[in-house]
Formats: sequence, C-alpha cells, structure tokens
Amino acid sequence: MIRHQLVIVGGGLAGLRAAVEAKGAGIDVAVISQVHPGRSHSGAAQGGINAALANNPESHDDTPEKHAFDTVKGSDYLADQDAVYQMTQDAPQTIFEMEHWGCPFSRYDDGRIAQRPFGGAGYPRTCYGADKTGHYLLHTLVEQAYRRQVAMYIERFVTSLIVVEGECRGVVAYDMIRGGFEAFVADAVIIATGGAGRTYANTTNAIISTGYGAAMAYHAGVPLKDMEFVQFHPTGLYTTNILMTEGCRGEGGYLINDLGERFMERYAPTVMELAPRDITARSIWTEILEGRGIGGKDFVYLDLRHLGERKIAEKLPGIRDLAIHFEGVDPVTQPVPIVPSHHYTMGGIDTDVDGVTAMPGLYAVGECACVSVHGANRLGGNSLLETIVFGRRAGRAVVSFLADGGAGRPAPEAAARAALGAVQERVDRLSRAAATEDAYDIRGEMIVTMKQNFGIFREARQMQEGIDKLLSLKERLPRIGLRHAGGAFNLDMIRTIELEGMLDVALATAVGAFKRTESRGSHARTDYPNRDDVHWLEHTLALYRPDGPPELAGKPVALGMFEPQERKY
Amino acid sequence: MSEARFRIKRFDPASDAAPRYDTFVVPYEGSLSVLEGLFSIQERDDGSLCFRYCCRAAVCGSCAMYINGRYRLACQTNVSQLHGGDITVEPMPHLPLIKDLVCDMTDFFAKYEYIKPWLIRDEDHDPEGEIAQSPRARRKLDMPIDCILCGCCYSSCPSVWGEENYLGPAALLKAYRFEVDSRDEAGRQRLPDFDNERGVYRCHTITNCVEACPKELNPTEGIQWLKGAAVRRRLFGRRK
Ligand SMILES: Cc1cc2nc3c(=O)[nH]c(=O)nc-3n(C[C@H](O)[C@H](O)[C@H](O)COP(=O)(O)OP(=O)(O)OC[C@H]3O[C@@H](n4cnc5c(N)ncnc54)[C@H](O)[C@@H]3O)c2cc1C
Ligand code: SF4
Ligand code: SF4
Ligand code: FES
Repeated sequence: MIRHQLVIVGGGLAGLRAAVEAKGAGIDVAVISQVHPGRSHSGAAQGGINAALANNPESHDDTPEKHAFDTVKGSDYLADQDAVYQMTQDAPQTIFEMEHWGCPFSRYDDGRIAQRPFGGAGYPRTCYGADKTGHYLLHTLVEQAYRRQVAMYIERFVTSLIVVEGECRGVVAYDMIRGGFEAFVADAVIIATGGAGRTYANTTNAIISTGYGAAMAYHAGVPLKDMEFVQFHPTGLYTTNILMTEGCRGEGGYLINDLGERFMERYAPTVMELAPRDITARSIWTEILEGRGIGGKDFVYLDLRHLGERKIAEKLPGIRDLAIHFEGVDPVTQPVPIVPSHHYTMGGIDTDVDGVTAMPGLYAVGECACVSVHGANRLGGNSLLETIVFGRRAGRAVVSFLADGGAGRPAPEAAARAALGAVQERVDRLSRAAATEDAYDIRGEMIVTMKQNFGIFREARQMQEGIDKLLSLKERLPRIGLRHAGGAFNLDMIRTIELEGMLDVALATAVGAFKRTESRGSHARTDYPNRDDVHWLEHTLALYRPDGPPELAGKPVALGMFEPQERKY
Repeated sequence: MSEARFRIKRFDPASDAAPRYDTFVVPYEGSLSVLEGLFSIQERDDGSLCFRYCCRAAVCGSCAMYINGRYRLACQTNVSQLHGGDITVEPMPHLPLIKDLVCDMTDFFAKYEYIKPWLIRDEDHDPEGEIAQSPRARRKLDMPIDCILCGCCYSSCPSVWGEENYLGPAALLKAYRFEVDSRDEAGRQRLPDFDNERGVYRCHTITNCVEACPKELNPTEGIQWLKGAAVRRRLFGRRK
C-alpha cells in the first residue's frame, strides 16, 4: 500500500500543473500516469494557447473581457460565464508563468511573445511556439515537476477509485513494469486523464485518450456533464485523422473544394476559413455531401502553397513533416487532403471552477472534466489554457481542503485491500472466462457506430439505431475474456479494461445527443435545426446506470455577463 | 488487400529462457504503419505482444524501436517505406529489456534529471510580463527543444555502451537546450553536471546519435558546444 496526501491520476498539462501547485504548498503529492508524463497527449497540441496579451499589433486593445465574450459566443452560450471570465482573466498571468519557467514561445522582434489569429476570435490572441506549442508547454511542466521532485509513478494504469463512505480516498493501479496491482491511499484524488477521442473511429486523439478516467468517476456515481458535445476539427489528415492545426488557416491557409472554390465564402463570408470549428467542419461536410469533395470523394483540400516555403518552415514546420510522413504530400508544393475529424470532448466529469466534483475528496481537471468553459463548442487555443488555469486552481483547492479538515483521512487498510481485491477479482474473472465475444470486435463496432450515428450531423432515427447498437454491445460485454493473463505490460488486459469504460462514456454521449432536441454549437440536428434557449439553455448531467442507458438531468447555465444572441460570423 | 510479414523479436525475461523471433502476417487495406501492424497482431494473433504507444503521430517518443536494422518510430514508419520483404522489429538494442519491444528507460530518465533540465534563474527578479527574448536568441533553441526523449540516440551511442555512467546524447542535448537559452542564468550551477567524467568528454563525436534520431536532431552539435563552454568557463569564468 502506497500513501500520499494527494494522488493525481494523469501527467498531462492539467495533472502536472495541479501537482506543481500542491507540491509548492508543501503537500506530499504523487502523479500516476499510464505513460511517462512527457509523452502525454498534451504534447500533441500544435496551434497555441489563448490569452489577451495584446502583443500583436492588430490586437492592441484586446482584453480578457473580449476573450470571454468570444469564448461564450463560440460556446453557443452554453459555457458558464463566470468560469469563462475566471479563465480569461487568469490567462495572461498563466502565459507569463509558463514563459518564466522556460516555455519557448515564438517571439516578435521586440522580444515579446508572438500571437496568431485563431478561429472564432475577434483578435489574434493565440500565443504559440511554432506549431508545437503543446510539446513545449508539456516539457516545461515536466521540467518543473522534476525540479520540485514531485513523486511520479510512471507506467501505472489506474483501474478504479477507492471510495470509503462516499468519499474518494485513493486509487488502485496496475504496475505495467512489474505486473500486479497496487493500492494508493490518499486524502484526495485528482483525475486528469484527458479526452475520450478513441470512442470514435475518426479521431485526432492519442491512442490512450479513451475516456477511461472519466468513466472511473462515472462508475463511482459522479455525473458526467454535456457529453453530447463533441468537437469535430475541420482539418484532420484524410488517411489517419492526424491533426493539421487551425494555425494553418490562422497563417492564411485556404480550404478548397473540387471546383477549386474557397467555399467558406458561402458559409462565413466575413471570417472565411477562420470561422469557429463547428461551423467550418459542417461547411466542409456539406460540400462533401453535395458532391463537391475532391474527385467526388469524402475529403477537401487544405491549401498552404501560397504561404511559401519560408513561412511554412518558420511557422508550420511540424505540419509539413506530418503531411509528408503520414499523407505523402508536401504542403509546400501540394494541397493537403483533409477531412473533419473527432477532436475534443467538451463534456466530462461535472466540476466547478475548483475542480470539485459531487464526491468529497475527488477532483477532476483538464479535458476529462467539464467546468464548463467550452459549452457547446470550444474555441481553438482555449483548451491548453483551461488545463493550466484550472490545474492550478484544483491544486490550490486541494491544499485548502487538506487545511480545512480533509487531511489525515486516507482509506483505511481494509478498504484499500477490498478495492484491490475487487479489481483482482474482475481481472481473474476475465482471465478464466470462456469467451464467446471478442473485446476488439466490440471496440471496433462501437467506434464505427459513434462515427456514423453521432457525427457532425445528427438525426433521431439514426441516433436511436446507434443507441440500440451500443446497448447491444454493452449486453455482449460480459461475455468477453482476456487472451493473455498476468505479467508485465499486459496490453490485452489494459485495453480490455479500458473498453468497459469507453462503452459507458460513448453511451452517455449518445443518449445526451438523442435527448437534446435542438442544434447548438457542435451538436447539429437535421431534425431540429435551431437553437432552443427556452428548453435547452441548460447543461446535461448523465448518471451511470449499470444495466442500461444513463439517467439524464438538467443543470442551469451560469449566465449574467453576455445575453444569448444569434451566433453569426 | 495487401499483406505485410512481421518478424518480431520476443522475450519475456520473467518466463523465457532466451529470445526468439515470431512471424506474423498482417492483412491491410490502403496504408499501414508499423505501429498499426503491431496493434493488429496484438488484437488478432497474440494478445501477449507488448510495445509502447501513445500519440501515433511522431510527437510523444513512445514507440522508438529497431526496425529493419534502423532506429525508427513505429508510428512514423509506413510499411510501404520498407520496400517489401520481412519487417524485422526489435527493441532498441543495448538497453535493459522489460518485455518484447519495451525497454527499461529508468537510467535514461535518471540522466535526464541529473543535468537539471529546467530553466535556472533568479526568479525573484522576474518581470511581471514575459522575459524578453529576441527571435534570434529564440532560434538557438529550435533544434534542441524538438527532442521527444525517445531514446534512439542513447541506445545508439557506443560511449553509453562502454561506460554506463556516461550521460549520453539526449541528456546532454537537454543541458545544451538550457545553456543556450538567453533566459537561463545557471552559469556555473549546471557546469559540474556535464563538465566531468560522466559528461561531454566521453563523447568521441562518432555521430551515431545524429544518424539514429528520428526527429533529425543533432545532439553532437550540442555536445561540442558544451565542450567549448566548459573550456571557456574554466579559463575565463565566462557564462556564454
Ligand atoms: C492533436 C491535438 C492538437 C491540439 N491542439 C490544441 C491547441 O493548439 N490548443 C489548445 O488549446 N488545445 C489543443 N488541443 C487540446 C488539448 O491539447 C487537450 O485538451 C489537452 O492537452 C488535454 O490535457 P490533459 O492534461 O487534460 O490530458 P492529457 O494531456 O491527455 O493527459 C492525460 C494523462 O492522463 C494519463 N492517464 C489517462 N488515463 C490513465 C489511467 N487510467 N491511469 C493512469 N494514467 C492515465 C495519461 O498517461 C496522461 O498523462 C489539441 C488536441 C489534440 C488531440
Ligand atoms: S557523437 Fe557522442 S553522443 Fe553521439 S553517439 Fe557519438 S559518442 Fe555518443
Ligand atoms: S535527440 Fe533525437 S533520438 Fe535523441 S531522444 Fe531526442 S528525439 Fe530521440
Ligand atoms: S506513438 Fe508517439 S511517437 Fe510513435
């Protein structure tokens, strides 16, 4: 049994920032991560991170209020406005802190941090390091975690929470290096496990972005919020869905259809390619549905050729490498085939601005959580910001929680042993089972169902079919078994356990989407094409039910600063 | 449908007496990366196969392996690049093994930590806003900050094989990354970490590391710079 005051599950930007904060306040904190923290998916972020620094000559009168307005409008008014304001207020300080810690942002001639335009933003306010911003931010926080000697348990896969009398007091993890399970007991636990992209077949997300962390909380009775809001990024590579950053369009790239038209003119004539992601993704998909995909196929072109080799080398070197290695085209001389791809999980574990969840002792932060600052559609560059701003706040909240009586109450040994035993039993059962179903088949059918039935455009009948399909998969799930039992680095076991969580997270998305009879942000229904503020200006909460679909409830949206208006660009 | 034949080095130190090679045929349509091939085998043919993975886009550094006798990232290597024949997949050589294609990276990260891989400066005097850095000064960081800590260079370095304490190219490249940063004020603080028998003098500029790096970085260049800096500091006590 391993003991720490605070255990953080996840070593991406959100988890590390929380760790650095708590450690700085003298808390004994441990980060547990499935991969070395420096390999977390935050490192794949490309385009940048938003803050109203007003460094760009065109943004000299930018302010956190304007950043908040763009974010709320981008969210189609579903974001909680107090949380958004908190985030945009904290943004400049957050950037400066990361810079002071060494993050290598790109610079203007006068030495200040450079900023580029991003979709849905009234000003160029996206700070960046070439097109590798996430890699630079992540390495900076990894470095700070080493510097502060944060305890790190690397290549441990967390399987479940230890809950004592309704309070979270630790986790159980599989030790991938040595094999076997361990109990970690703590006064508080923060979940920072990232997004759920892998519930879809066509995602930009890392292979480990399964949503399993959110599922752990969900299974323990904590509601998930707004799971029906799933962001499709306009530009994933055609063959692999690997991301081509919005920065490509921020730097001046065009979207082109089979007729050679810059078709965004029809959908967002003023901002063109820099419309928010939901609108741009739908526009591309409409072009494809109407037969104007390239050669009649299901992709269009992202054209960067007119930017020239020099600008591409300076601003988008990573994009060029990715296009060459993964699509076989050089953007300097060829247009890049792209298709809208699942990109971001707006929903997540229901939290407040301090990462507090419905379960005492349990906190959540980052993409696995839903504060909500993104509402129905996230603006590019706001997610990296969210991870760091709210990571710090969650770390600080745990410090206060411990000071105010939360300390000194880790799970008693018996409870830890019971939780450990439960996981062990679950795995033993899976290893003994005479499997009549195949976990990888179920996974494959699930991700295709999500892609096809809960995609960019949604409609009742198709969604009902999708839900039926997911429920039948859930019904088949108990008949799977492991192909390989025990030992170190047991991928079969990890991926099978993940599947159990993924399927429930997918169902929460599906049922939420079916029930929400309106179109808002990323949730576009052909049978209910309009936003319906009278009935649906509210968050969705999904409560886990072991034997069927989740139970849904509503939760009010925090308004007050900006009146909901029609969203035009 | 196309097919690719994978020949994979297998070894579980916990249960196997000796390593062996297993052959698998992977059917695929369109394009297939080596990483996708490994997943197909793990899912369909042999659930006990293991390897590291995360981003599948050549940015996280998880999937470094030895493929057809070269250091590569499995996710970035398309089987079409390998010109037919068997695809031989082995773990990075010269590193301790956990199982199959998964090497033990403990020493690699311990050495990374040893060189104090963080910006060192007198933070009490930091400005409220950003610390100014000219684009020219920033450009010096372009190469070393792209390191994804995959370990290819480290595994390829004969000086690491010969002297287990040698810090190796990745850790030294990281030291270089901070030493050339105009904002870093470590001065002599980081110097003892690389100006010693574990550090830069063990490098004999054999440049295996440059050849091995899947991100096309140049650790040797960084190490040479550090050697120069160490000499300058010894002689003149100067920082940069
Ligand atoms: C390709 C791409 C590009 C992006 N670009 C941008 C951008 O330019 N700007 C922007 O604002 N946003 C961007 N985003 C979004 C943003 O990068 C992510 O939302 C954010 O980085 C998520 O950070 P996180 O800390 O919440 O999670 P992650 O970085 O995903 O970290 C999750 C951590 O949890 C650990 N973990 C997960 N499950 C377990 C478990 N069961 N046991 C143990 N450990 C576990 C993992 O090992 C990992 O350390 C991008 C996203 C993608 C996919
Ligand atoms: S150049 Fe130096 S670090 Fe690189 S392989 Fe040779 S000895 Fe090792
Ligand atoms: S220098 Fe290159 S080979 Fe070495 S760890 Fe970094 S990315 Fe990998
Ligand atoms: S999986 Fe990340 S580098 Fe290959």
